[in-house]
Amino acid sequence: MPAFPAAAREALADSQLRRNLAHATSTIRAKRAAVVGEVDEWEELRLAGAAIKDNTLRHLDEHLLTLEAALQSRGATVHWARDATEACDIVARIAHGHGVGEVVKVKSMATQEIGLNEALAAQGITAWETDLAELIVQLGDDLPSHILVPAIHRNRAEIREIFRREMAAVGRPAPADLTDDPAELAGAARLHLREKFLRARMAVSGANFAVADTGTLVVVESEGNGRMCLTLPEVLVSVVGIEKIVPTWSDLDVFLQLLPRSGTGERMNPYTSTWSGITPGDGPQEMHVVLLDNGRTRALADEVGRQALRCIRCSACLNVCPVYERTGGHAYGSVYPGPIGAILNPLLKGVGVDEQTDSLPYASSLCGACFEACPVRIDIPEVLVHLRSQVVDAHRGGAPKPEAVAMKSAAWVLSDERRLTLAERGMGAAGKALNRFGRAVLPGGRRAVRRLPWPASLWTGARDLPAPPPESFRAWWRRTGRR
Amino acid sequence: MSARDEILAAVRGALRDADRAEAPVPRGYRSAPSPADVVALFAERVVDYRATLSRCTPADLADTVRAALGPAENILVPDGFPVGLGGAADADDLDSCDAVVTTAAVGIARTGTLVLDHGPGQGRRALSLVPDVHVCVVREDQIVPGVPEAVALLDPDRPQTWISGPSATSDIELNRVEGVHGPRTLHVVLVGS
Repeated sequence: MPAFPAAAREALADSQLRRNLAHATSTIRAKRAAVVGEVDEWEELRLAGAAIKDNTLRHLDEHLLTLEAALQSRGATVHWARDATEACDIVARIAHGHGVGEVVKVKSMATQEIGLNEALAAQGITAWETDLAELIVQLGDDLPSHILVPAIHRNRAEIREIFRREMAAVGRPAPADLTDDPAELAGAARLHLREKFLRARMAVSGANFAVADTGTLVVVESEGNGRMCLTLPEVLVSVVGIEKIVPTWSDLDVFLQLLPRSGTGERMNPYTSTWSGITPGDGPQEMHVVLLDNGRTRALADEVGRQALRCIRCSACLNVCPVYERTGGHAYGSVYPGPIGAILNPLLKGVGVDEQTDSLPYASSLCGACFEACPVRIDIPEVLVHLRSQVVDAHRGGAPKPEAVAMKSAAWVLSDERRLTLAERGMGAAGKALNRFGRAVLPGGRRAVRRLPWPASLWTGARDLPAPPPESFRAWWRRTGRR
Repeated sequence: MSARDEILAAVRGALRDADRAEAPVPRGYRSAPSPADVVALFAERVVDYRATLSRCTPADLADTVRAALGPAENILVPDGFPVGLGGAADADDLDSCDAVVTTAAVGIARTGTLVLDHGPGQGRRALSLVPDVHVCVVREDQIVPGVPEAVALLDPDRPQTWISGPSATSDIELNRVEGVHGPRTLHVVLVGS
């Protein structure tokens, strides 16, 4: 994947994408604001959510052992996976053990993070995504661009085309007279997927929450595809990040209020399923839980970054982010886009590993809207700044970057009064010269320069350069005689 | 070292210098004032989710449920459902069933949510999922103000299905469409005391 600035430039040129995104994010923002406004104790719920998650993370080793024991006592098999490869191999092994060539899937960030579909395909197992948006993404051979509405970048005409072109090759074809009416498109997906649900013998899910003391897994969804996967097949495998734990059943009373209102802007999502191991005569009679690290312990070791593991994947931060709204999710080059992706990816992978990951902490204006929206109060701007310093540290040595040279020279000038006076005189002259070329006027009447020749064009390509004032403050003070 | 031991060791290593003191969790939200009329609020919120609502007395229950079922022919009525309606208690081919009737364990007023814990009258989880019409009967005395009260009442050892309105998606240009994979029609019958 290209670094964020390059990917963003490409996304910004796509006016259809920007229209789709602006419509979607402004719609969800308004819905969220309305239902959050209904809850008087919202701020207290945020504080409670943050405190519960922090407490859990502080004793994660103990909670993991409690969860493991609770799951096992209720008939589930527990697996542990250090990384993506290990997790995918466990799922493939279970499928092979049952002679299964296809699995149905509930939308899950963890399984996307580990590239499960591709890994299973390499082992001859087809994974069918059953969430409508994930189906659109899968059929379109595309990548998700949002945590909650992965096909947010597609409009109805594009979706109709994808269904008509691709459905026949993988199952029941789209109706010949399919229009781009959303209800008809959803109906086509219903028919296409129902035959897959009814014949599936194995399903793969994630979990929104894992309750340590009762061994309960919780899946929050809207369409019922989750319920189909969780109850119809014989074998269920759930891939669960180790940060998904909440200590007790009663702690869910916080998160089942925070998540739906923050995520889709609903009072409650249409379906929530909870299950604690195997129920005789109801649902899958064989259950596996894969506890996944894949960088989470690395993030846990980062004192400032640790708070990102509180994330409940509601995507409220995406919907309020001015950067996400204009670039979309693909520019972030990962399954976790937006502000949370900008901190989660470097925390999970480590900084200084590749240029793309290192570019993410800079994919922000630090406006703070993400923190305001976050239901578990992750201070994303704080973590962004912290990670920027890690990126800078990781790149020390070698040829200094132009910014570093500029900062060093500024420090040299500012640390001595005579040098500053001289510099100011120079700035005044430059200001007078630039004022003549100044083609833009900033709010307040100050002139600005739109375009400078290379290498300064690297700066002015995306910003206006305010022209320096013709006279410094100290020169003005002397001239007007106010000593 | 096994993956399990290695992950646990990495967790302990990451927390070596961490302050392990428990932060206090504010729980005042659990004593938030109740809405004046929880039953009326529940009814309003259920309709807001585009579910259909009927209200009746215990004596009218059978007639009200029959009316809610409309023209459905193949009906599932789980064991333990309070009134006799005919219909099968379960089926191998759920996809050929038109409608299902169930009771519920709890109703949540602030969110218009029905919670099924799949006890008597509710059947296994798939029954209320595959047929296209779900008629769900809830008594007024089962309605609680909010999510905290519901969580406190429910038994985590039982599988649960929380239902708020019919199956829905907003994946296409954020237009809400009812009925993708679950029941397209949810009919709530609220029984007075």
